[in-house]
Amino acid sequence: MANTQSMVTSFLSELMLGQHQLGTSTIVSRGSLTAPTTDTVKAALYLASATVNASTTAYSATGEVSGSGYTAGGVTVTNANAPTSTNASSTAGVGYWTPSASIVYTAVTLATAFDAVLIYNSTQSNKAISVHTFGSQSITAGTFTLTMPASTTTTALIRLATT
Amino acid sequence: MIVTTTKGDMDDSQLEKREGTVDDENEFTTWVEYWLDGELVHRSAHVTLKKMPTFAGGVAASF
Repeated sequence: MANTQSMVTSFLSELMLGQHQLGTSTIVSRGSLTAPTTDTVKAALYLASATVNASTTAYSATGEVSGSGYTAGGVTVTNANAPTSTNASSTAGVGYWTPSASIVYTAVTLATAFDAVLIYNSTQSNKAISVHTFGSQSITAGTFTLTMPASTTTTALIRLATT
Repeated sequence: MIVTTTKGDMDDSQLEKREGTVDDENEFTTWVEYWLDGELVHRSAHVTLKKMPTFAGGVAASF
């Protein structure tokens, strides 16, 4: 088994259904017509032996790392950036979003090798958003930090493009 | 410098320090380890994701 980096497929249809609200809330939420709220996005780490990929539809503890200092479900992603869109031409454009801060797991011991992080929407039934892989790591009485790419049309963590 | 280890906080002068980096199209990673008498007592890593890789068709998703 192996983890595969991908935007998860279910995220695409869920966007059309308005089931995710990333970034600072600017519209009325699905949950309340009077008190808009922003969804909480979380990041969970997965063992190198796990299988998370485009077919993953929601967070699961199966294959997730465990160890001192790590809470199942991972940590909350700082979600202050609103999604942005821009036109690449008269017929094409890109919508994109990147978390506004690094994802940090502080004072953890994760002895078994892990190589993936699942970004998911904990407000909306833990629906999966994307999987990101990296070289296999382990942590001993230390800190694991995931720094985000630049939030641009070509490097943002989540990009939806028309061609 | 004080380092948090499996043996408690220790001064880094007592420890052997090992460092490394990985730099490819997907990530830039740095890691640091501290060893005490042949035992790994601290390891931290910092992964900088460079971008989401392209999918079939050359973009993250297309309509």
